[in-house]
Amino acid sequence: MSKMSASNLKLLQPSPPQDGLACRATDGALSIKTVGKIYDPEGVHVEALRDCSLEIAAGEFVAIVGPSGCGKSTLLNIIAGFDNLTSGEILLDGCPLATTNTSPSPGPERVVVFQQGALFPWKTVIENVTYGPVVQGVMSRAEAIQRAREMLSRVGLKDIESSYPGQLSSGMQRRVEIIRALINNPKVLLLDEPFRAMDTVTKSASHQYLLELYSATGKTIFFITHDLEEAIFLADKVMVMTTRPGYIKKTLAVKLPRPRQYAMLAAPEFIAMKADLVGAVHEEAVKAFEAGEREMA
Amino acid sequence: MNPYFVLGLLVAAILAVGAWQQKKKAALYELSWGVQIFKTLTGRHFLLQLAGFAVFIAFWQLTVKTFSLPWFNRLPGPWECLMEWLSPDPAYGISIYTEDYYKHILFSTYRATTAFLLATLLGVPLGLLMGWSRKFYQYSFPLVELIRPIPPLAWVPLAILVLPGDEPAVIFVTFLVAFFVTTLNTLLGVESIDESYFRAARCLGADKQRLLLDVVLPGAMPFIFTGLQISMGAAWFSLVAGEMIAAQFGLGFLIWDSYSLIQYPVIIIGMITLGIIGWASSAVVRSIGRKLMAWRERELYGSGQSG
Repeated sequence: MSKMSASNLKLLQPSPPQDGLACRATDGALSIKTVGKIYDPEGVHVEALRDCSLEIAAGEFVAIVGPSGCGKSTLLNIIAGFDNLTSGEILLDGCPLATTNTSPSPGPERVVVFQQGALFPWKTVIENVTYGPVVQGVMSRAEAIQRAREMLSRVGLKDIESSYPGQLSSGMQRRVEIIRALINNPKVLLLDEPFRAMDTVTKSASHQYLLELYSATGKTIFFITHDLEEAIFLADKVMVMTTRPGYIKKTLAVKLPRPRQYAMLAAPEFIAMKADLVGAVHEEAVKAFEAGEREMA
Repeated sequence: MNPYFVLGLLVAAILAVGAWQQKKKAALYELSWGVQIFKTLTGRHFLLQLAGFAVFIAFWQLTVKTFSLPWFNRLPGPWECLMEWLSPDPAYGISIYTEDYYKHILFSTYRATTAFLLATLLGVPLGLLMGWSRKFYQYSFPLVELIRPIPPLAWVPLAILVLPGDEPAVIFVTFLVAFFVTTLNTLLGVESIDESYFRAARCLGADKQRLLLDVVLPGAMPFIFTGLQISMGAAWFSLVAGEMIAAQFGLGFLIWDSYSLIQYPVIIIGMITLGIIGWASSAVVRSIGRKLMAWRERELYGSGQSG
């Protein structure tokens, strides 16, 4: 993991859009209002979300925690535009993003980084990173390549641009994927348990560069995880989601100063927050487990 | 020319190809050429491969010649076949010196290649379309599944009735099998693509056409090429069946004709030739696939370690 200097971090700031409208600092406020989602495939009625409401301020880093299958990913998919909602609405900077009568459509203003990683294995690193701007037609290929090179070299990935993702370590792959998202200058970055399958060392290095990228770009981040320590360490707010039907049961404001240091993991206030969350999540996990047993019986 | 001289040439050619491959390998592993050749010759792989051939030929020799077992004693032995194959003056008119031998090979290769190319040109787009569009899949899949199990030989009468002459009929029958294999493997390839690649592409701003070009086609490529290898093999076996029924030339015809004329060594020559050509054509398809899917090759050999 390369240390990035402050001047280098400036370069990560996305260049303002061509039409002269500078990227306002207030961009990226997400408000999720009484969202409900009912899956009904072939009559099997599954209520994934019910009256799920939360507010994310522009530039805020929010982590959502909860037991597996609680609807965290459903909510992310709805925000991303992969899935529709059955009640409520979602606003992005006050404009409707998802409502009950719009059909879902994903877009580059809210890019997802996936749990298993979704870099195209058949494209090189540079082709992956430039894919968004080129396909949207916002940059020429040459411009995109130049921009991608700048961004990659700032996170210590200069020399791998012609490698294929399969040749990279999982940590590097995830870094490339985050850069591939950021080059589109999204308003919101949606991270779906991106570090789940990593070993401890890779994970902590990944936390470090994600935090550096976050402080450099100031993007709104919606981060799903079931690792409580990770959630507290990274986020401004940790929200606990209930088991199905999911809604936000508890919001914990993390008062730790930034930049976050690893020593904070042992601080008494960190441990107190973790204990607080463990209680809340455990309760939901037990409920989910019992519900699962009932379904099996 | 003396058959032994030809035999010597053949062995020399095989050794040259082997040595060239070893040289490539030596460069890859950064070993000296001599060390690499020694490693290969004493390696388990090579010895086992050699043992496989030896067991096969010994079985042939023992059953047919040495013990002359009741069911096998009408067959020619390995040495007899080899000598006939390499003879400048073959007893049954077919050896590597006769024009007819190459005419048969040429006809079969032409038919198999035509059928294979047609099957690829039609099968890959059809499979992609079936995988890409739900609606089209529902139209076409039941039909494909119903027609596919019909054995190629069952098509011969219809093909002869409808198509002008035997030649297109044989090619059509060959094409059919290859076509279904290619279509279904392409479809399987599209279905195997992880949903998150589609999602990622849509997030990044790709429309439906771009998805087809940037995700569906490259994502299905590994399965497509597996399918093409199977389709090449399938083309050869249905071709030979077709040639046995309706053709004037070709290796299938040669084998069947030699059977009726009691020229048994020629049957073996035809079979071995088919084996070699079939293997070579699959190797060509495989190497094209490797070239097109450099990303996959590197993925398989590249580091998957975390760091």
